[in-house]
Amino acid sequence: MNFDPRFSGRNFTSVGTRPIRPDGVDKVTGRARYGADFNMAGQLVGRILRSPHAHAVIKKIDTSKAEKLAGVKAVITAADLPDLTDGDAAMYDILDNCMARKKALYDGHAVAAVAAIDARTARQALKLIEVEYEVLPHVTDVDEAMKHSAPLINDAIFTEGLEEKPVKPSNVSKRTQYGHGDVHQGFAQADMIVERSFKTEQTHQGYIEPHACVASVNADGTAELWVCTQGHFVYRQHCAQLLGLEASKLRVTSSEIGGGFGGKTHVWAEPVALALSRKAGRPVKLVMTRDEVFRASGPTSATSIDVKIGAKKDGTITAAEATLRYSCGPYAGMWAEIGAMTAFACYKLENVKTVGYEVLVNRPKTAAYRAPSAPMAAFAVESAVDELAKEIGMDPVEFRIKNAAQEGTRASYGPVYGPIGIGPTLEAVKNHPHMKAPLKANQGRGMACGFWFNFGGQTCTDLNIGMDGSVSLAVGTVDVGGSRASLSLVAAEELGIDYSHVKAIVADTSSLGYNDMTDGSRGTFSSSMATISAARNAIKVLRERAAQMWDISVDDVAWEAGHAVAKGEKHGNLGKLSLKEIAAQSGKTGGPIAGHSELVADGAGVSFATHICDIEVDPETGSTRVIRYTVVQDAGKAVHPTYVEGQYQGGAAQGIGWALNEEYIYGKDGRLQNPGFLDYRIPVCSDLPMIDTQILEIPNPNHPYGVRGVGETSIVPPLAAIANAVSNAVGVRMTHIPMSPPRILAALEAEREG
Amino acid sequence: MAGVAVSTTINGDHVEYLCQPDETLLEVLRDRLGLTGAKEGCGTGDCGACSVIVDDRLVCSCLVLGAEAEGRQIETIEGMAHGDQLHPLQQKFLEHAALQCGVCTPGFLMAAKDLLAKNPSPTEEEIRFGLAGNLCRCTGYDKIVRAVQDAANVMKGA
Repeated sequence: MNFDPRFSGRNFTSVGTRPIRPDGVDKVTGRARYGADFNMAGQLVGRILRSPHAHAVIKKIDTSKAEKLAGVKAVITAADLPDLTDGDAAMYDILDNCMARKKALYDGHAVAAVAAIDARTARQALKLIEVEYEVLPHVTDVDEAMKHSAPLINDAIFTEGLEEKPVKPSNVSKRTQYGHGDVHQGFAQADMIVERSFKTEQTHQGYIEPHACVASVNADGTAELWVCTQGHFVYRQHCAQLLGLEASKLRVTSSEIGGGFGGKTHVWAEPVALALSRKAGRPVKLVMTRDEVFRASGPTSATSIDVKIGAKKDGTITAAEATLRYSCGPYAGMWAEIGAMTAFACYKLENVKTVGYEVLVNRPKTAAYRAPSAPMAAFAVESAVDELAKEIGMDPVEFRIKNAAQEGTRASYGPVYGPIGIGPTLEAVKNHPHMKAPLKANQGRGMACGFWFNFGGQTCTDLNIGMDGSVSLAVGTVDVGGSRASLSLVAAEELGIDYSHVKAIVADTSSLGYNDMTDGSRGTFSSSMATISAARNAIKVLRERAAQMWDISVDDVAWEAGHAVAKGEKHGNLGKLSLKEIAAQSGKTGGPIAGHSELVADGAGVSFATHICDIEVDPETGSTRVIRYTVVQDAGKAVHPTYVEGQYQGGAAQGIGWALNEEYIYGKDGRLQNPGFLDYRIPVCSDLPMIDTQILEIPNPNHPYGVRGVGETSIVPPLAAIANAVSNAVGVRMTHIPMSPPRILAALEAEREG
Repeated sequence: MAGVAVSTTINGDHVEYLCQPDETLLEVLRDRLGLTGAKEGCGTGDCGACSVIVDDRLVCSCLVLGAEAEGRQIETIEGMAHGDQLHPLQQKFLEHAALQCGVCTPGFLMAAKDLLAKNPSPTEEEIRFGLAGNLCRCTGYDKIVRAVQDAANVMKGA
């Protein structure tokens, strides 16, 4: 059945209300089962041995002593995960990251693994594995890695995207360029030009639940995997390919997920757990320690960014240019490219050019982190925009309003925008009481804008109506923060029944068609589209059944507010049939009633936010506190407004941590020095104020209810908003994130010394 | 290695188990007794996801040995509701959407219960410092603080 995804204005009954989530009681009573909360009969404990070196050739691995230890059931190395990637370079990198093949490429890179009867035996076995390394020079800094003198991480990498194919390998895997117009001409027209260089340090998503899975491979080639993931269908594809299994024979069940933020979109230990189970012939549970989570999973890029922006005295930006260098870990990525695409997306620019460089370093493989790559680019651009407004003598909000992108603007990354929210968020900020509140000594206020694309993608959903008229909704997008509530609201809305009669679950990979993972803020956007489509398909069946019960033509049956209604004067005496009444007769009218939907959710609506932040700096210690914070963001349509607020607040809090505290600190030996929550300090409750939110609703024309994604954009403005606030408070432009106390003190000292 | 025989009380029930001398209370709860409500977020006492109450004291169960439970009264998230009657804190966490992924929630509920037992009328600042031993990466804490404030008001009225 053709599904029309276009926005159509309607008065909502369920959507926009704030009911309690369906998975809530399980989560407040401790019953919800996360990755590590599941067990199988005969299960073994898996553990991974990791390289202590940032860069080393693995000359020899002797596992014989470990294998002889009583209670050890399997020991594996890369030899047990043969290369089945068939020339697929990206999959080969995933394989190599799961288990180092020739070289260890970062501190924490897996080199071997064991499965034993208990954790103690497994730990002992790891100590008995002898690995002979030839330690190589390493490089962990993004700028250092670009130098010709830097140690080469992969001699098969030649920079892509250059006009001439390079003859020598390089740590720069790719150059990308975006923009339009002529920036040289644009800068020539400018009255003022600001040019600055910025750095941001590497941060981790910091989900509280470490990666965890239980893998069980049977002798007949079937397998099961229980795992905390943002995308169990993607995990199935990757694991099946790496293990040589047929995808349909590997059933992956996504557990409750204890935070992901992009970090659980990549397989890490899951193929290892499956390989251990295959070798041991028993189920294997593999749970990362926090130390392993920091050293071997996750982090975002460290960056080095140059920005140049020129404007006329009247505040019109004439040209904007940025060079963005993003660390990728030891494998090729597309992180700088995303930074280059997003950097100037908020603005209407005649002349714009961005160049991205993907840089290999001896750090863990970079993973997506909530609007990946956008916060760093926004930090650099929005800092320079603030400086330029100051130089011109314009209010920073007015300056941004004057240059904001609008419907019809050609985005700096290519497409032409439809209706968008950057202007409205800026107007809302301009009129917000927060902007007028007085500040005290050592306090500063900053604001900044942010953009994120949002994604759609492949989505499959089943909606089944029980004989009692209650509705089971099976979706394939993992619920990372309340989407079962929002999707139940959507099903209730479309069918015209009460939310309490809908129960949403996340189905496993054997129960539903393929779904892309929950990333790109797509969970509620794409699965609500599929839910609406499935509900409309079910309504078609309900109408047919009602027509049958009434013995009239289905063309004379409409669906209104949860009831089949007979249309036309000749049916005036037929009244209504409720969904429940039709369902009760389903056994006699053709069997179960269901709606199914499979679609590619195109048309994700781009998302913009503007944040305001007040901070207070202690000039003696350099310690900085956020004292007031306001998020204004366009949601398109807030399906469950409380959880939309939660996304806004959570992204802001992560951005605050990134701006002020969080960073990976590497020693000269190339080892991560702070792989724990004590030394990698994420914000705690006493670090933060209340985070105020304002939801704007500018409908996405490509979704029936106008929904845009909401999950990611909230992390894009904070780095810049806080940097602008700190710079305003201390009178020195802060150019290095995080603005930890030593960096603020150093900036103050440099200013005093002139 | 010989196990240590432990006799203790968990959520009001008498419980006996054998554990290794180096086994943490968290491992005993999760792996021996099937009480998986307490989570291991770090294993080093930094995240609070494994919080339980031992003799009216809030602890990280990853920093307590299983053997130390001998003769104690232990309270875990599994004992917080009375039958199908949720504790006011549990109810308010649901109403305020004070959880997103929910993995930190059992620890926060134990910490909040301990806080309100000692200070039934905490200020916002007292709540923020009272819960500073528990990490949440999803919510920014705003809705957690509001849920605890609301629960405190309900409990005072009860």
